[in-house]
Parts: sequence; structure tokens; C-alpha cells
Amino acid sequence: MNKKLLSILLVSLFLVSVLSLNVMAEFPEKAINYNVCFNPGGESDLTARAQQQPLEEVLGEDVVIQYKIGGGGAVGWSELVQAKPDGYTVAGFNLPHIILQPLVRDNPGYETKEIKPVFIFEATPNILAVHKDSQFKTLEQFVNYAKENPGVITLGGSGSYSANHLGTLEFNQAADIRTTYIPFTGSGEAVPALLGQHVSGLMTYTTMGIRHSDEMRVLAVAADERVPAMPDVPTFKELGYDYVEGAYRGMAAPPGTPDDVIEKLAEANLAVNEMPSFKNKLEDMGFQIINMGPEESEKFVEDRIEYYKKILAEVGLL
Amino acid sequence: MGELLLAATIAVFSVKNILFMLFGVSAGMIAGALPGLTATMSVALIVPFTFTMDPISGMATLGAIYCGAIFGGAFSAILVNTPGTPSSIGTTFDGYPMAKQGKGEEAIFTATFASAGGGLIGTVILIFLSVPLAKVALKFGPPEYFWITMFGLTIIASLASKNMLKGLAGGAFGLLISMIGIAPIGGDVRFTMGLPAFQGGVQLISVLIGFFCIPEMLRIAGNLSKQKMQAVNVEKQEGVLARSFWNVFRKPFNFIRSAIIGAFVGILPGAGGNIANLVAYNEAQRASKEPETFGTGNPQGVVATEAANNATVEGGMVPLLTLGIPGAPPAAIIYGALMLQGLRPGPELFSSSAHITYAFMVSLFVANLMMFVVGILGGRSIFKIVTMIPAKILVPSIIFLTILGSYSIRNNMMDVIVMLIGGFIGYLLKELNFHPGPIVLGLILGPIAEKGLVQGFLMGLSRSNPWTIFFTRPISIALIGIIIFSAGWPVYRELKSKYQKGEN
Repeated sequence: MNKKLLSILLVSLFLVSVLSLNVMAEFPEKAINYNVCFNPGGESDLTARAQQQPLEEVLGEDVVIQYKIGGGGAVGWSELVQAKPDGYTVAGFNLPHIILQPLVRDNPGYETKEIKPVFIFEATPNILAVHKDSQFKTLEQFVNYAKENPGVITLGGSGSYSANHLGTLEFNQAADIRTTYIPFTGSGEAVPALLGQHVSGLMTYTTMGIRHSDEMRVLAVAADERVPAMPDVPTFKELGYDYVEGAYRGMAAPPGTPDDVIEKLAEANLAVNEMPSFKNKLEDMGFQIINMGPEESEKFVEDRIEYYKKILAEVGLL
Repeated sequence: MGELLLAATIAVFSVKNILFMLFGVSAGMIAGALPGLTATMSVALIVPFTFTMDPISGMATLGAIYCGAIFGGAFSAILVNTPGTPSSIGTTFDGYPMAKQGKGEEAIFTATFASAGGGLIGTVILIFLSVPLAKVALKFGPPEYFWITMFGLTIIASLASKNMLKGLAGGAFGLLISMIGIAPIGGDVRFTMGLPAFQGGVQLISVLIGFFCIPEMLRIAGNLSKQKMQAVNVEKQEGVLARSFWNVFRKPFNFIRSAIIGAFVGILPGAGGNIANLVAYNEAQRASKEPETFGTGNPQGVVATEAANNATVEGGMVPLLTLGIPGAPPAAIIYGALMLQGLRPGPELFSSSAHITYAFMVSLFVANLMMFVVGILGGRSIFKIVTMIPAKILVPSIIFLTILGSYSIRNNMMDVIVMLIGGFIGYLLKELNFHPGPIVLGLILGPIAEKGLVQGFLMGLSRSNPWTIFFTRPISIALIGIIIFSAGWPVYRELKSKYQKGEN
């Protein structure tokens, strides 16, 4: 046997063993840490919790939820981008948060492109809601009043530089009105202000409109199409205002995570989204189920960056 | 409602539910006693396990854990001067001096009776007064929250009546620390020193552990040679149980007032046990005939804080169940659990799902009853363990626990560093005779005050002068009156005693 043949044999043996190792070490082979960057009980926590059990079924490994709270999510995301890129550390991510924070803060600890989207699985479009005893029965009445009394209407919403905040500014532009936006810390905290009639209305998410449907009237929803959980509420577009805005939530991995691992996680997310029990539960709460895989999500984030840069420049916040 | 309550009681009293709740109360108690594991986290940790239970068992378990955790905070507050949860801050003021005087067991039993009793009063309020009280709570808007925090700051006057300047300086220091991080309104980045982890601000728990626990541990370690081997004194006492019982119920007025304060503060969304226990402490001291004994080991101080904090648990459920608005962070998690169980908080809970709602309320009542027993048994064993361990083992173990605890807040090393720096500052301040109370008060109230002020101002923008919104709303005016009274009272008392001394 000549040397050349021997070396070829050895190399191929090595290759086979490596390949077979790769086949054996199929992701995932241990528990996956799923970081939640917002307070327990909020939308991000609620949906991650709803995913937890079905994800475990699909992946065949434990999914451990950990809280990394603070700075409107920035504390958790700045940790995510430092984490080992092996797919065993993932985190929930939110749009527009991961776009707006790096735009308006000097150093949030991460850059938008460092957060590698795995899957965007749900969204909550903005809604404009008023108290059930409010004088505004329709969006038209609301806009007319705002035109006659500029700056008098106050709208509460979740946080500064959030989908609610930007949404209020976008709607002001679209309808050519002036309203005052009052930020609250979290969508839940804004609700008592409306129920106690301390603000004229809320620019909030669909989920809040469902939860408090007995006490508030939803004038319009800022989605492309009507939301299944509130079929009677018209979209802003139907009523003639070019205004679509909301928050999107998904799962993200650290930069440098191998594509096949991302793909595997994305498949699991998709499988969970297709489970009727999961889908129905979330839709009943007012979430929109969305299936955006890694490439699609990445493209979507890129588009939104340009979009928000434009909006921020228009309203003079950048 | 009577029928509903009866049916609910029957539903709660199944062997399975009772066992779940016993587990809940005990686990909550242990978690609460460990500094760093707050009631919020304990409830969040158990939520996934309740998904597989039926709604009544699941809710009963979560409620029991919440009650247990708020109560458990008293153990570490009394034994090692460390509030296990922010709801037990005030318990250190008199509980720890009692332990130092060898009356630790009495303090623990007093806390047990007060906690369980406070919880029972809270539950009664929850069952019978939910709907009208929730309506009152909604009348509080941002300007009112601002004035409530200003009222909260007047507590400094009683905490630091001996040295007002140091108290005010401490309060201001706490307010400044509370500003680290992203501004709650406007989203500006403040004082983060370029560290991304500081965007979330300084964690209250880290500061609490640092300011309260570390200086005491250093003190014990420093006196080791002069002292006995144990960190906590024990004096053999007869009839501790009976005396503790009388501490709470001999002066029912203090106990009931504190529970009502706790329940009402709990009802206000955004204010919880951390504020309620300090307000109740303040009122107990104000009403007392011997206010100067507060802070030196007066059992009435323990009664006030513990009755109040356990009543906030049920208070926080009032807006949650009636309106779907969580009154406190742990209530927000219970909310999430309800939703995932397919229930929707709000009026439906009192119609189509009323059997679950009333069962949940009854289960809170039962959990508080359990606390009498579990608290006495558990308290006795924890007390025995802590007093048996020699100080040279206990002190390092507790320091170790504080590091674990501050790390576990959100799995971030920064919180441990803040805790250690806080411990160092706390030690210096203690040597300089600063009371840690005002600092912590500033830290708790700062963000709420800021939100109230800015949101109130934004609300007032449509007026010709936006600031008038703070002085024209009826509840605001009433609150301003209370603040003037509250701030003036210690001054009046001081002057009166000076005058009387002059007479003699």
C-alpha cells in the first residue's frame, strides 16, 4: 500500500468521523436559556411563557426562562450580544425598541445589527382607545375635536420612543392634528389613567383593548387589516389615515450563531405558531400571529430602520 | 354572594388544594426570607408549574406563595437586619433591636400574628369592598401620585426626628440614586457612567442588602472577640407566644389601622408593600403615646409594618380582579397566569367565572390562616438555627447569601457590585449616624414622584399654567393638607415637649 493511499484513507476516515460526530451532536442537546428582557406579567413575558412548554415539546429539551430586566429591554439585549453564540442562549426581542434605542441613546450596549433575529412570531398593532363614557364615539369626532382644540387632547401610552409614542406622532401627522403624548412605564400602567379619565385616550396595543373591552371604546386599529379579535373596529386606513404602527416580538440569538442552529430554532418557532392551541390562546388575547423566518425578519428589521429614521427626522427627534 | 362564598369554600378545601397551599406558604416564606428573592420572583418561578393545574389550585398556590413571601421577609429583617423583601424595610427598625435585646423569638411571633391577622383583614376588605374601593383608586391620577410621594417623604421627619438635617440629606441622596438609568418619562440616559447595565437603574434590593445587612455583619464581625459566640442573643423567655399574641391584639387599633393602610396602598396601582410598611410605621409612631421608643425595639413597630405589608397582598388583588389592573408587581404575574389559564380579569371574573374568583379569595383567607401555624413552627426553627450557629460561621454565610441574592435579582454581576459598594457606603454612614431609612425611602419614592410630576405637567399642558393642575384637583388638595399636618406634627411635638420641660 503506498503512502498516498494511506493518507487518503486516513483523511477520509477522519472526515467520516467528524461528519458522524456532527450528525450525533445535533442541536439542541441541552437546555436552552430563553431570556425575557421585560417585567414578568407584560406582553413579552406572557408570550414567551406561552411558548415555553410547546417549544420544549418540539425541541425535546428544557427551555429555561430567565429575566434580564431594565432600561426598556436594553440591559438584556446588551447581555445577549455578549453571550456565547451557540444557540443555547436566546432572548425575546421587540421592535421598534431594538431599532430606536441605538438611534436615540449614546450607548445602549448593543447595535441593532448585532441582534440576530431567529423568528418574529407575534405583533400587537396600535389602537386608539377612549373611555366608554367619552364624548368621542368615532374617529371622526375625535379628529374634529382635536382640530378645533389643538393640544387639548392627551393620549397615554407605553413609554418613550415606543411604538405607542412614535405612533401618536405619526397619527398627529397623518391627521394633521396636535395631541399631547403622556408616557407611562408599561402598557398596563397607562390603563388606570384612562379608566380614571385622567387622559383623553390611549394609544396602546390591541391586547389592552381586548382586556379592557368593557371599559374602553376602541376607535381604530393601526394595522393593515382588521384584527380577528376585534372584528368591528375599523383600521385607520379604512378611515382614510395612512397610519400603520405597532410592536413586533420575536426570538433573537447572539451575533455569530451558526445558521443551522438559527434555522433549527426558527423551525421550532414556526411549529409552535402552527399549534392551534397556542395560536388560539394568543389570538384571543389580541395578539396577531406572524410567521417571519430569519431572513425575512432580518430584511424586515432593515426596512424598519430606514422607516423610523425617516419618521424621527420628520418629527424632529433625531 | 353567600352561596358563592360557600361553594368557593368547599372548592378550596380539597386535600390537593390544601397541600398545594401549604407548599406555597412554606416555599414563599423561605424565598421571602432569603434576601434577593423577592415576592415577585418567587411567584414568577412557580407560574410554569401552575399551568398544568386546574385554575383554582393554580391561583390558590400562587396566592399562597405571594402571602408567604411577603411574610417571610420579616425573618431576615428581625434576625439579621436585612429586609428579605422591600416590604419588610420597616420591620428592621424595631424587629432587629428586639433581636439584639434577646427578644428575637418574640419579634418573630409578633410578626407572624400581625402578618396573618393583617392578611385576614385584607382578605375581608377584598371580598366585601372590592368594587367601591377600585373606583376610589381610579380617582388617583398622576398629580395625586406625586402628592402621595411627597407625603411619603414626610416620613423622614419621624424616622430622623433626632437629626433632621441628616435625614433630609439621606432622603436627597436616595432620590439622586433613584435617578440613575433611563428616565421613566422621556427616555433620557442619566448617570450610567457608560455602563449598559446601569440603564436599568440601581436595584432597590441591592441597596437594601448593602445598607442594612453588610454594616451589621461588619459590626458583629468586629466585636467577635468581646462577644459571645452567637450573633443573636437569646434570653430564655416564658410565655413568648402569649406575649406576642397580646402585642398584636392588646392594642387592636394599631393593628387594624396598619392593615387598612396596607390594603389601601395596595389598591393603588404602582404603590405596594414597600411603601405601605413605611407609612404604617410612621402612623403607628405618630399615634403612639411614647413615640421615642420606636426604633429601639418597640413591638408595636413590628406589628404596624407586618400587618400592613400582608394586607397589601389582598389590596393589590382589588384592582386586578375588578378592573384587570395589577396593583403590584407580583399581582401582574398572577394576572399573566390568569390569562394563560384562559380567564380574563375584570367584570367577567364576577359573573361567568365567579366560582374561581371567590375560590381564589377564600384561598387567600386560608393561606393567611395557615401562616399562623407555619409561621410559628417555621419561625421557631429558623430562630433556633440562626441562634445555634456561631457568629464566625453565620456572618460569612450571610455575606455569601447576600452575594447570591443580589446576583439572582436579574442574573447580573453589576447588582452584586452595587450591593458591595452600598455596603461600604452604608457602613460609613452608620458610623456617621445616618439612618438608612430616609435613603431607601428616597430611592423608592423617587421614580414614582418623577412620573407623577412629569405626567401631571403634561396633563396640564392645555391649561394656561400647567402647574395649576397640582393644586386644583380635590384629592390633591386633601393630600396637600395631610402633608402639611404630617410634616408639622413632629415639629409641634418637639416644641410641646420643650415647652413642658420649661414648665417643670
